[in-house]
Amino acid sequence: MNNAHSKAVLELNVNNHPGVMSHVAGLFARRAFNVEGIVCLPVGDGRTSRIWLSVNEDVRLEQMIRQLEKLEDVLSVRRHGPAHAVFERLAEFFC
Amino acid sequence: MSSTSPETLTGAQIAVRLLERQGIRRVAGIPGGAILPFYDALSQSAQIEHVLARHEQGAGFMAQGMARVSGEVAVCIATSGPGVANLLTAIADAKLDSIPLVAITGQVAKSLIGTDAFQEVDTYGLTIPITKHNFLVGSAAELLEVIPRAFRLAASGRPGPVVVDIPKDVQNERIAVTEWPVPSGPVPTPAPERKLIDEAAAMINAAQRPMLYLGGGVVHSGAAFQAVELAEKAALPTVMTLMALGAMPVDHDLSLGMLGMHGARCTNLALEECDLLIAVGARFDDRATGKVSAFCPQAKIIHIDIDPSELDKIKTAHLGIRGDVQAVLSELLPQVEPSEDHPRADWQARIAELKSSFPMQMPGIDDPRTPYGLIRAVADCLDDDAIIATDVGQHQMWVAQSYPLRRPRQWLTSGGLGTMGFGVPTAIGAALAAPERTVVCFSGDGSLLMNIQEFATAAEEGANVKVVLMNNASLGLVFQQQNLFYGQRAFSSKFKGVPDFLKVAEGFGWQTLDLDATADPAAALKSALTTRGPTLIHASIDRHQQVLPMVAPGAANKDMIGD
Repeated sequence: MNNAHSKAVLELNVNNHPGVMSHVAGLFARRAFNVEGIVCLPVGDGRTSRIWLSVNEDVRLEQMIRQLEKLEDVLSVRRHGPAHAVFERLAEFFC
Repeated sequence: MSSTSPETLTGAQIAVRLLERQGIRRVAGIPGGAILPFYDALSQSAQIEHVLARHEQGAGFMAQGMARVSGEVAVCIATSGPGVANLLTAIADAKLDSIPLVAITGQVAKSLIGTDAFQEVDTYGLTIPITKHNFLVGSAAELLEVIPRAFRLAASGRPGPVVVDIPKDVQNERIAVTEWPVPSGPVPTPAPERKLIDEAAAMINAAQRPMLYLGGGVVHSGAAFQAVELAEKAALPTVMTLMALGAMPVDHDLSLGMLGMHGARCTNLALEECDLLIAVGARFDDRATGKVSAFCPQAKIIHIDIDPSELDKIKTAHLGIRGDVQAVLSELLPQVEPSEDHPRADWQARIAELKSSFPMQMPGIDDPRTPYGLIRAVADCLDDDAIIATDVGQHQMWVAQSYPLRRPRQWLTSGGLGTMGFGVPTAIGAALAAPERTVVCFSGDGSLLMNIQEFATAAEEGANVKVVLMNNASLGLVFQQQNLFYGQRAFSSKFKGVPDFLKVAEGFGWQTLDLDATADPAAALKSALTTRGPTLIHASIDRHQQVLPMVAPGAANKDMIGD
């Protein structure tokens, strides 16, 4: 997963219904901010989901997080460093 | 929830009942296939009056007019497909200017969604980036939760538009309703942090050359009174964004009027010199700041906003305070030292010097046959109760520079999106929401044609709207920019065919006044503005008149063209 950019991993808890992924992806897309990796699965009883995003460190990232926090269907946002294991463990599916 | 004896109702009836329960008394819209069940239910409402627009964009802006005048959530209605597509501009405009709107839209039946059905468009997808939030309603029962939530979202925090898309089969679905949700209001914003207020007060008290920078949030929050109190207590020279005009009377001693691209030279030069900028409900828009790195180069910044994502978005604040600006200003006021204790005599003298050396130049102000003179002559016929709307272009900037706006919600203009065509339908919505007031809409011949079909709505409703048309047979601000920045290559900015606007207006059933043909424009204006009902006031202006001063797009505010 290493390349020229240093990465950040974002962990989002979101409501689980059609359109939530569009809201999240759209925030990045319309700012021409590429999302390098996405993983999403329902949590618990399925009323909420967890989205993991791998994004490049960028001066705009703090603003992106604040915009994510404003989304009605985003319940929480946590920022992790590049060392977070979620995408590394998935790497074997992308060989 | 409030319990009642169970009723079996359709989704459409439930939606109408929920609007009634929210206190909605007037909506604007246009019916069409996918929203007909809703309209059928609406026809039975004794509480809600429907204003039939002639284009969905007009309906959206009429709702904006109602919302901008009252500060309350307003509602517009459209059918699926083209109805929604036509509404998008008004929704996007509401998003950028933080106007609380709920748009109810019809959608094709659930079983047809995604099949390219007749008049199907992806309303949900299209409205994601231009709303605060949007809903595709899956069942009649969901309406009971979604509609109050839509109103709560539109009104809470930073206001904005919310779309509720209702498939036709959901509108027709019958369910038993045993309990009604409590009508929703805005959720209170968390109180500002005490420590930050203390810091802000200390920064203001220590500043030698402080300035206050008011934005539209001051109007939305109902904080104009507190903002003027703060300015007066600490003797703060005050600038306003386009959206905030009227928050402080523009002829107040401390007012320096509008800042930015078309601000007075003294205003932008004062900002150049300030050592503390107190931004209140303002978002550092590029039209206000010019080149951001050169904006207020000597100043520390206190930024107060209800929306945390605005803090540090454009300009990193030395102190960012998240909160309702009215609450923040109220807490700040007692801690700010009165100007008697802290005279800052040098700064007051410097501001006075800038104002006298570099005032707003308004050539022709005494001649009603010039842009500034016409605006002044209109203002002379009216008092502060009048509502002033504009379209977008040169006329908008001339009015922003020179109209004596003196109260919040007096001024209705498309700030963020800059939508030509905004003026007429917004003025109609305002006139219907505030029938006791005179609503003047300054417009240009370019803008007016973009929603002129709403003249029919105004005539039908007898709206007390006075359109003052500054006709220069061109897209004036485009013509101006081509002359200033594109080697005087005027292209596609001069109209070769110009309609006879007076005849057009007469055809719609409007009263008309041609100022070009009157010997005494002042007297004719007085008569036209004080006679109720929709009136077009037509005035030709010279195409070569420019809005000055002007900061070139991307340039620093200190580099102004013109005096």
